[in-house]
Amino acid sequence: MKSWGLVLLLLAGMHARAEKTLVYCSEASPSTFNPQMGEDGPTFNASSQMLYNRLVEFEDGGTKTVPGLAEKWDISKDGKTYTFHLRKNATFHTTETFKPTRPMNADDVLFSFNRALKKDHPYHKVNGGHFVFFTGMEMDTMIKDIQKVDDYTVKFVLNQPAAPFIANLAMSFAVVLSKEYADQLTKNKTPEKIDIEPVGTGPFVLKRYVKDNSIRYDANPTYWAGRAKLDKVVFAITPDPNVRFQKLKAGECNLIAEPAPQDLKGISGNTKLKLMSQPGANVGYLAMNVQKPPFNKLEVRQAIAYALNRDNYLNVVYQSTATSARNPIPPTVWANNPDTKDYDYNPEKAKELLKKAGFANGFDTEIWTLPVSRPYNPNGKKMGELMQADLAKVGIRVTLVTYDWPTYLSKARNGEHQMIQIGWTTDNGDPDNFMGTLLSCAAVQGGSNLARWCNKDYDKIITRAKTVSDMRERSSQYFKAQELFKAQAPWVTLAHATVFRGMTQNVEGYKISPLGTEDFYPIDMK
Amino acid sequence: MGRVLIKRLLNAVPTLFGVSLVAFLMIRLIPGDPVLLMLGERGGSPELVTEMRHNLGLDLPLYSQYFQFMGRALRGDLGESIISKRPVWNEFADRFPATVELSAAALLWSVLLGIPMGVIAAVKRRRWPDHLLMSASLIGYSMPIFWWGLILIMFFSVRLGLTPVSGRISALYDVEPWTGFYLIDVWRRGLGFAGFWETLRHMFLPALVLGTIPVAAIARMTRSSLLEVLREDYVRTAKAKGLSFYRIVFVHALKNALLPVVTVIGLMLGTLLTGAVLTETLFSWPGVGRWLVASVQARDYPVLQGGVLLLSVMIVLVNIAVDIYYIYLNPRLRGAL
Repeated sequence: MKSWGLVLLLLAGMHARAEKTLVYCSEASPSTFNPQMGEDGPTFNASSQMLYNRLVEFEDGGTKTVPGLAEKWDISKDGKTYTFHLRKNATFHTTETFKPTRPMNADDVLFSFNRALKKDHPYHKVNGGHFVFFTGMEMDTMIKDIQKVDDYTVKFVLNQPAAPFIANLAMSFAVVLSKEYADQLTKNKTPEKIDIEPVGTGPFVLKRYVKDNSIRYDANPTYWAGRAKLDKVVFAITPDPNVRFQKLKAGECNLIAEPAPQDLKGISGNTKLKLMSQPGANVGYLAMNVQKPPFNKLEVRQAIAYALNRDNYLNVVYQSTATSARNPIPPTVWANNPDTKDYDYNPEKAKELLKKAGFANGFDTEIWTLPVSRPYNPNGKKMGELMQADLAKVGIRVTLVTYDWPTYLSKARNGEHQMIQIGWTTDNGDPDNFMGTLLSCAAVQGGSNLARWCNKDYDKIITRAKTVSDMRERSSQYFKAQELFKAQAPWVTLAHATVFRGMTQNVEGYKISPLGTEDFYPIDMK
Repeated sequence: MGRVLIKRLLNAVPTLFGVSLVAFLMIRLIPGDPVLLMLGERGGSPELVTEMRHNLGLDLPLYSQYFQFMGRALRGDLGESIISKRPVWNEFADRFPATVELSAAALLWSVLLGIPMGVIAAVKRRRWPDHLLMSASLIGYSMPIFWWGLILIMFFSVRLGLTPVSGRISALYDVEPWTGFYLIDVWRRGLGFAGFWETLRHMFLPALVLGTIPVAAIARMTRSSLLEVLREDYVRTAKAKGLSFYRIVFVHALKNALLPVVTVIGLMLGTLLTGAVLTETLFSWPGVGRWLVASVQARDYPVLQGGVLLLSVMIVLVNIAVDIYYIYLNPRLRGAL
């Protein structure tokens, strides 16, 4: 009986193999199939790149923006009007319940963006009405109006010039939905299906989602950029990282999400598997709350920067899978200033500075250690212990404190901490997404500036950098901002972590995105 | 029978109210809030946070949130998941069959193995089979499930390649959930015996892990209950009559000894339905346990309070059924029906 079953299984397997199926072991279930309403990586990966397109795309494996559904765009002289010229050959998916009668056009773009922008849009409230990234990236305050010029031309008018606008449009949330499909759903009185039974222009069509179990996709036969080389993609939802690694070894999946650091050697040492890596667009750092003494004193902050042996953390905590961070902006993002003057490890200098600040005998303080493992800091507790020992050498007595993740975040946002370990992975690869989002005066109030550092000169520089659209000018402003930041030392920048992916040898053409998104379209299988 | 049933059902009402209150408060007493979790490191403006809280009804005082929850629950409406925005009922119904299928498999093998183990241990009391089986069951009873599961995966799946690592069926099979029980659904999609066999292979390790504790519990209960019965007068009478030892054990003693075992099995069924949390997470089994764990992590209040309430109803019903079955089985109590 067993052998009979095996024969059948083999036959089924052979049948499937002839059909190029990629099995991806993902880490969690998506919360929706509409990335406009998504909040986390698993949701974006299951929907955005798979099923949809954006007006602008990030280049494969990079942070540069390239044309997507818009073939080209013009920016007005005052930097406030963006005119997008849409491609004419992009069609929406044909599914069991929907058959498009026309290609994607300006109506679809207006429908998609107005859904998030306008509170009185008929689809705004459908399925919750929260467009977390759209508002998080300030698109709601950035965009004044969206106009249809003709069927294939759309004009975005902004309230003021905003250079990161184009990069925002390439982000996972900024997809184009089908208005024709929405109209059909409205007629059938089932508007909620728009986010559950998705219709996009993307390279794959959703075939079936079995909750917490698997998501199946078929290649979109009429994809405008050409049919994908894979026929099918299956997401096997596997929450435990160790189990994902075992499944990869057993050949049950071809590609796994987020391998655990301890499994990396096991992947690279296995002849059937390969390990890919790419410097991530992230930063791990220690923020000092400048609103609380003694961190209001520049010398104290600088002393701490000199007292921490950061190279040691790279070895022990990151196990040499990260590079030392000089700036908030990682080298993978343009405008990283390689010449910023960094603080070397120098306990003597630290003691001197502390003496100058009036703390010859040191002081008592707290470091909050990261309670979760993040790429930018895989082991907060370990790092905390190392920091505690380093600071003890210069007389600073540190108590380590931690909370569960949501509490940690909410207390930190209220500014209850003294020093805190935290980090960031960019959403859109724009320097403003580090320098503005994490360090502007506005972000003190918003809560994401955990150093609670507000420097008027710095703010002026980054505001200018955000509003001019000339890249060279922007870059030079950010160079200046990074120098000022470093001299003022509201953070100790720790590391830029490398991102890893494990896969079977037969997976070809895959590129890791520094932004953490997964794109299966370029993949082929031998 | 009807009177007992009604009495038991009425007794269950305060229990369920208690459970609903505990489930409601517990999730809210853990620090953290679903809105802030959704926003993550990114955060959001205070206005956005306030608006999202308001839309989710989280800005109301606790007591009115509770009354709202209970008022809707009594009408059969458990609210909507914060994360998926779908009714808790539907989300539960989508996942419950997976849990039932796995629990049934685990229970089946734990009964088939646990009862013979207990019988052998009792019959060979204080000799090596007894010592061996009872030590094994003690180890099984105290086994850390997650570790045990990983060891089995590494041995059976990775080293020997005999069983799949995780999931309900190979990713190459496209099963359309119909009843939600894959052992049935595979036939409908024409996957036939190969699909059925695949499903069984996938169930093997998780059922083994999930059944480990019930096997131990059932074996120990069978042993002690059988030993007690073997000391009864009627057994001595049977011996005196000259019946063979095996006839005494299997025909006369075992039947009576199994009565408390039925209760244990009933309790275990409750444990299996709820206790599959670790097993489901480890084996990527898309059941209710894993769903509830994810909802704790996301602070998905409606899912947690609704899911716990539904499971409690389930356990209460199972317990009532076991009680009634027990009365039915025990001739001395049958008068109560």
